[in-house]
Amino acid sequence: MSPESPYAIETTGLTKTFSGHDAVSGLSLRVPRGSVFGFLGPNGCGKTTTIRMLLGLAEPSSGQITLLGQSMPSSREAVLPKVGALVEGPAFYPYLPGRANLIRMDSADRHADASTRAKRVDAALARVGLSNAARKKAGQYSLGMKQRLGLANALLKPRELLILDEPTNGLDPQGTREVRNLIRQLASEGITVFLSSHLLVEIEQVCSHAAVMNAGKLLIQGSLPDLRAQGSTRVVLEVDDIAAATEVLSGLGVKAPHVSKGGLVAEVVPDFDTAALTALLVKKKIGVKEIRMERPSLEDYFVEMTGEGFDVVR
Amino acid sequence: MLAAIAMIPIVLALAVELSSERLAPGEGPPFLDRVTQNGLFTGFTAMLLALPLFLPLTMSVVSGDTIAGEAGQGTLRYLLIAPVSRLRLLVVKYLGTLAFAIAGTFTLMIAGAVIGAILFPIGPVTLLSGDVIGVGEAVWRMTLVAFYTSISMTGMLAVGLFISTLTTIPVGAMTGVLVTSGVSQILDNLPQFEAIHPWLFTHYWLDFADILRQPIELSSMGSNALLQLGYVAVFGSLAYGRLASKDILS
Repeated sequence: MSPESPYAIETTGLTKTFSGHDAVSGLSLRVPRGSVFGFLGPNGCGKTTTIRMLLGLAEPSSGQITLLGQSMPSSREAVLPKVGALVEGPAFYPYLPGRANLIRMDSADRHADASTRAKRVDAALARVGLSNAARKKAGQYSLGMKQRLGLANALLKPRELLILDEPTNGLDPQGTREVRNLIRQLASEGITVFLSSHLLVEIEQVCSHAAVMNAGKLLIQGSLPDLRAQGSTRVVLEVDDIAAATEVLSGLGVKAPHVSKGGLVAEVVPDFDTAALTALLVKKKIGVKEIRMERPSLEDYFVEMTGEGFDVVR
Repeated sequence: MLAAIAMIPIVLALAVELSSERLAPGEGPPFLDRVTQNGLFTGFTAMLLALPLFLPLTMSVVSGDTIAGEAGQGTLRYLLIAPVSRLRLLVVKYLGTLAFAIAGTFTLMIAGAVIGAILFPIGPVTLLSGDVIGVGEAVWRMTLVAFYTSISMTGMLAVGLFISTLTTIPVGAMTGVLVTSGVSQILDNLPQFEAIHPWLFTHYWLDFADILRQPIELSSMGSNALLQLGYVAVFGSLAYGRLASKDILS
């Protein structure tokens, strides 16, 4: 429980049960301080429920939560001023201009310094690129603008931890790029960023660590290199004699080569010797049109772990 | 909404002024007959007319919106993670409704006095007990009536706060509160329920008329204050119990 804990977020056996079924089950997260941590999972897997519990909005059915070294929800008054969050989309008073909304939100925080309020609000608006639209009523904002305003709300004060639920949702490619740059910038200032997303490309681009969740359970978590190593390396062959090539592969101890899109695909160890394979194929007079190694991607791993289906989990 | 409240005495005064019929003393709703003789009665008459439905309507709009409004807009979760403690949120919201109650009752009385002064003669006021008081004293009594009605509303505002914690749909909460006011008034009129009459929060609402006697009758004022305080305590606690224990999923 000391503030010197290496983890910005730590949960132990976190469980949330809604009328009989577990939305979150036995979740034990370890988010290292200063990391950009991606929280991955298909829709309906319990990501947002977890975030609500982390912020003290929902009570866990069982388990412990520690945020910045202090236990939640009991220490919420002490911890939450240091945490900025975007939860399940931004929300504002539609009849107030964007800037007035931020002023109001900042006023609600007792620990916020009133004398620097206007300056901090303007700085946050500038950071998300909303300075020009600040005087417009929030109800007239586009989805992307609302999203930016939500991010500005999370950045009203210097924070130690940012919890962002799908921060690039609704943003155009330019906006998405800007948000990712913003996240990298914040991370370089030492702020821990915990972001949930179902966009794997995004996670791969900005995150240093990730956790994959499905149906309420944590499947795996760790640094991104570690996670990638979990996926399988493959060799893909385009040859003119598939049967003969299969024999060669089996001879090398490669298991279960299968035909896919006109090529022969097989799982191999990461340090597989392609040169040796090519030499063998040539020796057997099998024509090789193309031979390549496919390194594991997070996407393949994700789909492998969570299934290819389109249906929402529950 | 304050503008709408101000309209009540204005419309009333205009209606009285523009109608060709003059009511004989004692005819029609209480006080209405006196309006033409003395414009200062406009406020009292308007209060009497507004109390059964219109004033509770405005109060239920304000109190029903307190928590349900924030929940419906999605801003409740952001307020709570600012952080704002759930207790502080309830207290601040409730104080807001109290401010509206005071603003509403005083607006009604002031608008009444102003339009009454414009359209009708003003002068010494004949009280219900028969005594006559000067204009200055009458204005003081108007202030008391406004203040008394504000207190009368506090219990209902607490009920509204509680109902507001039960839903994320503000209109639902507003309707719920208004219905409680309606039910309370109906029960208050049924002799079969006489035993519970002193416990209904609407019971002493119309007793503001006691301020228009000489000397001012304080008995019902005291009972009203106590009753309203009781409602505030009970429903305030219920609201806290509800908000503090529920998951905020809005």
